Amino acid sequence: MTSINTTSGPHSAWLLGTGGKAAIVIAAAAFLAVAPFIGIYPVFLMKLLCFALFACAFNLMLGYVGLLSFGHAAFFGMAAYISGHTIAVWGATPEIGILAGTAVAGVLGAAFGLLAIRRQGIYFAMITLALAQMVYFFSVQAAFTHGEDGIQGIPRGHLFGLVSLEPTLNMYYFVVAVFAIGFFIVYRAVHSPFGQVLKAIRENENRVVSLGYHVNAFKIGAFTLSAALTGLAGATKAIVFQSATLTDVHWTMSGEVVLMTLLGGMGTILGPVVGAGIIVTLQNYLATIGSWVTVIMGTIFVVCVLTFRRGVVGELVNALRSGPHKE
Amino acid sequence: MMEILGVPAPVLFGQLLLGLINGSFYALLSLGLAVIFGMLNVINFAHGALYMTGAFAAWLLLNYLGIGYWPALILAPLLVGALGIVLERTMLARLYQFDHLYGLLLTFGLALIIQGLFRNAYGVSGQPYPIPSALSGGTNLGFMFLPLYRGWVVIASVIVCFGTWFVIERTRLGAYLRAAVENQELVRAFGINVPLMMTLTYGFAVALAGFAGVLAAPIYQVNPLMGQDLIIVVFAIVVIGGLGSMLGSIVSGLGIGIVEGLTKTFYPEASSVAVFVIMAIVLALRPHGLFGRPRT
Repeated sequence: MTSINTTSGPHSAWLLGTGGKAAIVIAAAAFLAVAPFIGIYPVFLMKLLCFALFACAFNLMLGYVGLLSFGHAAFFGMAAYISGHTIAVWGATPEIGILAGTAVAGVLGAAFGLLAIRRQGIYFAMITLALAQMVYFFSVQAAFTHGEDGIQGIPRGHLFGLVSLEPTLNMYYFVVAVFAIGFFIVYRAVHSPFGQVLKAIRENENRVVSLGYHVNAFKIGAFTLSAALTGLAGATKAIVFQSATLTDVHWTMSGEVVLMTLLGGMGTILGPVVGAGIIVTLQNYLATIGSWVTVIMGTIFVVCVLTFRRGVVGELVNALRSGPHKE
Repeated sequence: MMEILGVPAPVLFGQLLLGLINGSFYALLSLGLAVIFGMLNVINFAHGALYMTGAFAAWLLLNYLGIGYWPALILAPLLVGALGIVLERTMLARLYQFDHLYGLLLTFGLALIIQGLFRNAYGVSGQPYPIPSALSGGTNLGFMFLPLYRGWVVIASVIVCFGTWFVIERTRLGAYLRAAVENQELVRAFGINVPLMMTLTYGFAVALAGFAGVLAAPIYQVNPLMGQDLIIVVFAIVVIGGLGSMLGSIVSGLGIGIVEGLTKTFYPEASSVAVFVIMAIVLALRPHGLFGRPRT
């Protein structure tokens, strides 16, 4: 098994050292706090943050375990349906809806993981894709998803029964908080002993096995966490846009998140965020040209794979770090 | 009216025939995927898009050049094969030195581009393609009515599948191919042009997909999205059969088609997920597939 070529090193993801790390976090927090007041459309930012979290969660698998899942739309879309249903039909508060969606996505992830982990590398992508297609067909036929119509008009409701999320700004800061929590969980997972084992699996699985680790348990654990965080993103998106549809659960959505991560830089903490930012911005500008969007997405895929496999952030880090090019 | 398990016989056999036809396409496509994977170690995500290209090539030949079904059955796969050779030479060949996943990502991007281009040109409504006159009509088999064209599809795809299997398993050329899969350096050392062999393999396998596309054109409408969901079913079939086995991909392709047909008869709601349920069961019991040998 070869491994995906990513930039890994002691400070691979951060602009060299703790100072840079703190600076980036503070700058990002400051930017997100004032963004709505400097003329950036909050709805666009909310979409971006949901997809950035989605891509970070996905990257936990591809970037840190070296397994490409082509089925993450199943977690994203199903969580959107579950949170939409619990809020719109059962009258749950937003945080309960989001928790329900996240939990269901996590359970689904564990089930996928149990089956898909049985095969290595390239099979993993095909199996996750096929399992996700099963979830898609289930969503087409199940009663509570309303098939082609999807769940529409999900009320944003009151957070903890107290704060109304109807005003766009309230909703926006809530999404920022959700993203921050999710991002922090990913960051902690990657920089913990658990994350070290995952990276070791990516680099040399047989050696990790010989060290006595239960590699499959780690892989399934990572997949469950990745699926749950993807569910968090999907459930939040359902409340932001007040709808959950088949688009969220179709495999083109899985492809989209793969593209975001590849473009930004897999195996870097910030890569998926940057990638999601670029793709969501593109989609916003290109919304008017219809089916050319898929051609452009496909072209970005091809160009990425052929010319800069490290992604935007990966190449940046590589350029900043003085050292020999390892390709 | 004879009944089998509470289902009128003509209905059951009709569904079985439909299943067998779908199975024919599955077999052609999964065989191509298996051949490409064996030789190039790439999962060709563009396979469904190239099948659609084959169907469109036939439609374009008919509508713009007046070239009919029978010549198109040869020409369209040649065109798709040529396109495949160009793609392999200009793009895929650059990726063999990296992780296999990059091949999958690249072909996924190509699938998006190809589908997007056809969508822009022809919309998503689907274009009709007439059944060739020699095969119009049908024949009564006593227990069911068999449209001639559908019988032809099954026979043609089985012949092509087993012809391919024969060439790879039983001829000198096939022996070179299989040797190159086992140990490329050694085969190169014997003075055989392995990169050329890889290119031609890719070209041939996607030509099979193009051939399936032409066969499909008169049955289904020619539509830019016709390969989109098909490719996922074919992936599942390849997992069921075992990627390392050509025979496995042919047999499980036909078998899954028949199972889908039966599911449609007895429990229609589940027909679209049947293949994925079977895949999950196979993975749980025999992770390397029904015909696959465990390999690292």
